[in-house]
Amino acid sequence: MSIVVDRSGPFTHGSNNVSRTMFTVLAALTPATLFNLYLFGWPAIFLFVVTMAACLASEFIAIRVGGGDPNRALGDGSVLITGWLLALSLPPWAPWWVAVVASVFAVFLAKHAFGGLGQNVFNPAMVGRVVVLVSFPVQMTAFVPAKPLFSAGAPGFAESLHITFGRGVSLDGISAASQLGYIKTELSRGVPVTQSMAHLPDLSDMMLGFHPGSMGETALPLILLGGLFLMARKIITWHVPVAMLGTLFVLGTVFNTLDPARHASGWFHLISGASFLGAFFIATDYVTSPVSKQGQLAFGIGIGLLTWIIRTYAGYPEGVAFAVLLMNALTPILDQHFRPRVFGRTRKGEPLPLKGDK
Amino acid sequence: MKLFPIMGGIHPEYRKELTSEKAIVALPLPEALYLPLQQHMGAPAGTTVEPGDLVKKGQLLARASGAISAAVHAPTSGRIEAITEITAPHPSGLPTLTIILVPDGKDEWAELPDAIADPFAVTPQVIRDRVAQSGIVGMGGATFPSAVKLGLGTSHKLEILLLNGAECEPYLTCDDRIMREHADAVVDGARIMAHALGAPKVIIAVETNKPQAIEALGKAAAAFDNVSVAPVPVQYPMGAERHLTQAITGRETPARKLTADVGVVVHNVATARAVHDAVRQGRPLLSRVVTVSGGAVAEPKNVEVLLGTKVTELLKFCGGAQGAKRFVSGGPMMGQPLPSLDVPVVKGTSGILGLTLAETKEAEPSPCIRCGSCVTYCPCGLVPVEMASFIRHEKLEEAAKIGVQDCVSCGSCSYICPSHIPLVHYFNYAKGRIAALDRERRKMEQTKALVEAHNARLERQAQAKREAAAKAKAAKEAAEAAAQAQSSTQGGASA
Repeated sequence: MSIVVDRSGPFTHGSNNVSRTMFTVLAALTPATLFNLYLFGWPAIFLFVVTMAACLASEFIAIRVGGGDPNRALGDGSVLITGWLLALSLPPWAPWWVAVVASVFAVFLAKHAFGGLGQNVFNPAMVGRVVVLVSFPVQMTAFVPAKPLFSAGAPGFAESLHITFGRGVSLDGISAASQLGYIKTELSRGVPVTQSMAHLPDLSDMMLGFHPGSMGETALPLILLGGLFLMARKIITWHVPVAMLGTLFVLGTVFNTLDPARHASGWFHLISGASFLGAFFIATDYVTSPVSKQGQLAFGIGIGLLTWIIRTYAGYPEGVAFAVLLMNALTPILDQHFRPRVFGRTRKGEPLPLKGDK
Repeated sequence: MKLFPIMGGIHPEYRKELTSEKAIVALPLPEALYLPLQQHMGAPAGTTVEPGDLVKKGQLLARASGAISAAVHAPTSGRIEAITEITAPHPSGLPTLTIILVPDGKDEWAELPDAIADPFAVTPQVIRDRVAQSGIVGMGGATFPSAVKLGLGTSHKLEILLLNGAECEPYLTCDDRIMREHADAVVDGARIMAHALGAPKVIIAVETNKPQAIEALGKAAAAFDNVSVAPVPVQYPMGAERHLTQAITGRETPARKLTADVGVVVHNVATARAVHDAVRQGRPLLSRVVTVSGGAVAEPKNVEVLLGTKVTELLKFCGGAQGAKRFVSGGPMMGQPLPSLDVPVVKGTSGILGLTLAETKEAEPSPCIRCGSCVTYCPCGLVPVEMASFIRHEKLEEAAKIGVQDCVSCGSCSYICPSHIPLVHYFNYAKGRIAALDRERRKMEQTKALVEAHNARLERQAQAKREAAAKAKAAKEAAEAAAQAQSSTQGGASA
């Protein structure tokens, strides 16, 4: 009888695997996504399908060109998450080509140019979003108020096809700025935040998602639910979300107290823009965030800080994507700097001193 | 008892129920016994018998050679058939020198050393000598010669003998059964060992998934003030020496030091039983309890097996293991893959597992997604993902700098890795390579030192020669000068 001894133990394994992890993340995103597709209607559904298809196609081609096994790579579900998050980060009525350009950059440039799954430095979905945001600012900031499917004023199927695939409709008249964009514009006109806030839907409506924004910027309770589900399944831990949202909240509250005319409140920062989606689903991306808990805390704090700075002082009303990418660049350094203390050693790596030793 | 948390660790599927209620049964006498001279850490034992010799049960077959070594005895009476090389029960499958004993079926005892009537009245040295004479090694699987470890009391001030009954490896129940069925022997052996170590206190640590063992030991220990039983949480690798020490005492053993440096020595419960047998009955180590288990094994059992019994015989006794994907010696987490079933049970064989594919859950590794689980679960505070990537690029020094040599190979990282990356395999490779490179470097340094010493000596000799020559020349010149001066004064005088 011949026995193969090809590796050392352990000869048992946990039930976790990569595709299970990836599909759990997708499951966690599903409720919020379905609600958003309902809120924004057919154009959002078309855009979602286009983004997913473009990402899948890009992944297939990238792996073909790279000589890998396309069945296996598509099977692990990682590209589905990229496409899904990318779709959620686009304005729901954006034209199809915006989604395709974003997908191509996300998958080819951000992921496969770096060596594919696990090798990329930057979050692919955020690279895709930022590329189209800086290239097509008009399309990327044309938000529409929520018009739920089959409700009065919602575009029909044919009209929606035209919105997504046609030469684009003029959104003048129906388009609206996101809340972050609105207060920023008002501020630049000299209207203090305290006044411009009065024109926004109240915070509870904003939380539910009845406001203009990217798909994933709405329906916070459902995103929170998805995040908690991921924590319960031990896919993510509290470190990144709490650090990021906590930093954002504390900064918002402190500066709002100091100067309410210039700064929006902590709560406003939490529930507007992509704070929640970013904290639970984007910043927690395994590949592009630090591996140790201490590193993850620093990473989360950094994203919160940068998001607040960009929202408050920079030209863009929303800063989560930029903040994530900037912190992605720091991840290797955070990984080097924040290692757990090794058993029996000091933080510096020297053996612990024995009692009596100097 | 107050316990202290240990970091990381996992909760694998334990599957102890396969054998935990199976009382220890003895294996019928096999047709031949294969006794490797190396069943322990250290130097192989040196044979004291020749082929053709008739030996009795308990007779010495090979004696310890060197400071770290262990004796081998005849598990039954019979004839020495040969002393030859057979496949070692080691993943390498390399040949190892082995005594082959064919039993005569009489099972006749040799004359054994006298029982030590009151082990607490004799000096620790007497106990250590008896343990050494009996060929006892760490039975938990590490197989370090016990007598050497019992000598730690001479160099360290010890407070606690920590008896390890954690048995945190899945499947294995041999220690559980020994604690339940031989609690008195275990406690007595532990007290004797504590005496040999000069440790005033004995704590027996058992994971809470073995309530019957805890109860049995509690009863056996009730009569002794200095012996207590500590139930510890079920958390792999609780049974790792340093982690168990930390869980019980809160003391963290510094890197590159021994637990003895923090006043604790850890021994396995089966070792305590063997010490009891050796001291109280003069019986050397002849057999051990082996858990035969796994999904592929028809009738999983706990078997008292004579050392040297072939694994094939043991499996046959347990109804065979059809459809096993892997055969493992020891537990599934830290056990060694068996290179063949045609190898003997040795002193460190705590289990023989026949595992199905459904149990090993083996899969092709996929790319690392940097999920960080390995960092979260590493009980040593290491960063396996980073070490593995260094090792993959043969950057062994970098890997050493971030602690690969502090890895205890517990396998928690490999177990938890969603990408099925064989992390421990990388670390074992690195540890081996680093040790080899170290040896090479030391050898080079030694050679260099020798060459330098040689050159220095030659230089010294040359220098001495030159100095002698210079001296001789100076003397000669001085003599000549003196002669000349003399002649000139003479000349002057004559002028």
